[in-house]
Amino acid sequence: MSQHFAEKLSRGLLQAMSRAFAAEALSERPGFLQGLDPRIKLIACLALIVSCVLTHSLLMLSGLFVLALLLALASQIPMARLCTQVWLGVLLFTGAIALPALVLVPGEALWQLPLLHGQITRQGLRSAAFLLGRAETSATFAVLLILSTPWPHVLKAMRSLGVPVVLVAILGMTHRYLFVLLHATTQLFEARRSRLVAAMKGAQQRRLAAAAAGVLLSKSLQLSTDVHLAMISRGYRGEIHLLDEFHTRPRDWGILLCALAVPALILWYQR
Amino acid sequence: MHIPDGYLSPATCAVTYALALPCWYLAFARVKRLLHTRTVPLLAVFSAFSFVIMMFNLPLPGGTTGHAVGVTIAAIVLGPWAAMVAVSIALLIQAVFFGDGGITTFGANCLNMAVVGSLVGYWTYTLIAGKSSVSAARRVFAAALAGYLAINLAALLTAFEFGIQPMLFSDANGSPLYAPYPLSVAVPAMMLGHITFAGLAELVISGGLVAYLQRSHPELLGRTLPEALAEQAPRSARSLWLGLAGLMILSPLGLLAAGTAWGEWGAEDFANPAARQEILQASANVAPPSAAPQGLERLSSVWQAPIPDYAPSFMHSASFGYILSAVFGCGLILLAFLLISKLQRAKTSADRHER
Repeated sequence: MSQHFAEKLSRGLLQAMSRAFAAEALSERPGFLQGLDPRIKLIACLALIVSCVLTHSLLMLSGLFVLALLLALASQIPMARLCTQVWLGVLLFTGAIALPALVLVPGEALWQLPLLHGQITRQGLRSAAFLLGRAETSATFAVLLILSTPWPHVLKAMRSLGVPVVLVAILGMTHRYLFVLLHATTQLFEARRSRLVAAMKGAQQRRLAAAAAGVLLSKSLQLSTDVHLAMISRGYRGEIHLLDEFHTRPRDWGILLCALAVPALILWYQR
Repeated sequence: MHIPDGYLSPATCAVTYALALPCWYLAFARVKRLLHTRTVPLLAVFSAFSFVIMMFNLPLPGGTTGHAVGVTIAAIVLGPWAAMVAVSIALLIQAVFFGDGGITTFGANCLNMAVVGSLVGYWTYTLIAGKSSVSAARRVFAAALAGYLAINLAALLTAFEFGIQPMLFSDANGSPLYAPYPLSVAVPAMMLGHITFAGLAELVISGGLVAYLQRSHPELLGRTLPEALAEQAPRSARSLWLGLAGLMILSPLGLLAAGTAWGEWGAEDFANPAARQEILQASANVAPPSAAPQGLERLSSVWQAPIPDYAPSFMHSASFGYILSAVFGCGLILLAFLLISKLQRAKTSADRHER
């Protein structure tokens, strides 16, 4: 049981790290999205995610999902990867939330449930389809951005949206130390697991989790002091400068125009 | 509790971003003033820590497991403002990099977990821990309860955001366009999971971590000791002014409420069929009297409000009417208090002269 708990936690942490490394490898492959200016790509993805939330038409939502699939295909992003990382997870989570809506949302009855008193309504079916469709499509666009863009490029692109430079610097450092801490946590649980000779009870498992979190907390604060001293010794005085080497080509501007046209058209159509 | 994209309408997302933005600004300004060059490394590493804690799948009593947010422990160790920024950054990385939580709903997620969570967690902890020593068992209890309350209040706010969606955003056929459940379903469904399991995960991590820190790193709990709290006491009322301004801007939220407030009826409402219907609905189908009660009719003509129903006659926008009424009302109250304090000061100085 205890091994099960520590093992599961280590496995979860390792999976997060391996996914991140695989995303980095995918972002280096040649492909349509990979070839775009990250700033344009970020704004375009945001525009498409906003479009998913804005639309009141299931047909339009389906169109956006097909667009996401085409973008994935053109960018050599494997469908299996999207399936395991996005679609399955969203289907399980949002599907569980959307399912009762079929019956709970009042409206025109479509089908009487056998053995139960409830009936599936047209309105319930539509609202569940909206919830699931929106969650799946917008999550796909968000993951496409990350799978086709290295994280440092996403951060630099954020500057183009007016995100303060200090926040961009914090996000960059957080991403870096995230893996340091994930690695430390995995080692911590591995070390504990290798010294276990009997199963731990529930209370002992909770104590182990709290102690691991405590060790991580003190390590984090120590690490932040070390990083601060290292930054100071290299001349950091509270001002941050980022290098910005992106180049926008006419094709990027065309893509941006198309992406921005989608929410604009939706707004115009729904007014 | 991480709300994915598509659950909240664009208008709700915009409001939650608008509410979270001043909190981020205030939090960041405070942290930067206190930490200066330490801001970037401390927040970066602590955000990474918050992220890792959110990945912990904690074993809970009863054999189940649950994820904690870790917002209360962050608020206890770093203070509520730094915790607000650190947890927001962890949530941003979760949303963008790992797809956990939406991008359009990022403002709502931060408002619920980072802003409300850290403030409730910190205030509850300092209130219950009181003047107890750093190693007191009371601090463990305070942290556990603070974590439990913080996560449950954050869940309640999330449920409220879900619950107002079908009220405000449905298509012509009555199909909810976003989260489909009304408040009567969303609140119990959300709270059931959080009162029983998710709240317990936060309780375990907050209480357990404080107990661990008491034994091994008591210095990390120093920020919430009585002497440290006395030093941190606010010296200016600027935050109160900002809070007041925020509440004024939020005053048009009253327009969202359907129907009329029970008992707040005018004499003319008894003659209006639509208003009579609302009175009937608000009174559990007990029919109102056929005419306005005599006493109500007589007294209603004694005073005519200059801005009836918070809607000045010259103002065409109902929302601006509410904001203007809020500014005017607060201005009058402040003026009254200024006059009272001036009179009191004059009386005190006159008493001193007499002595």
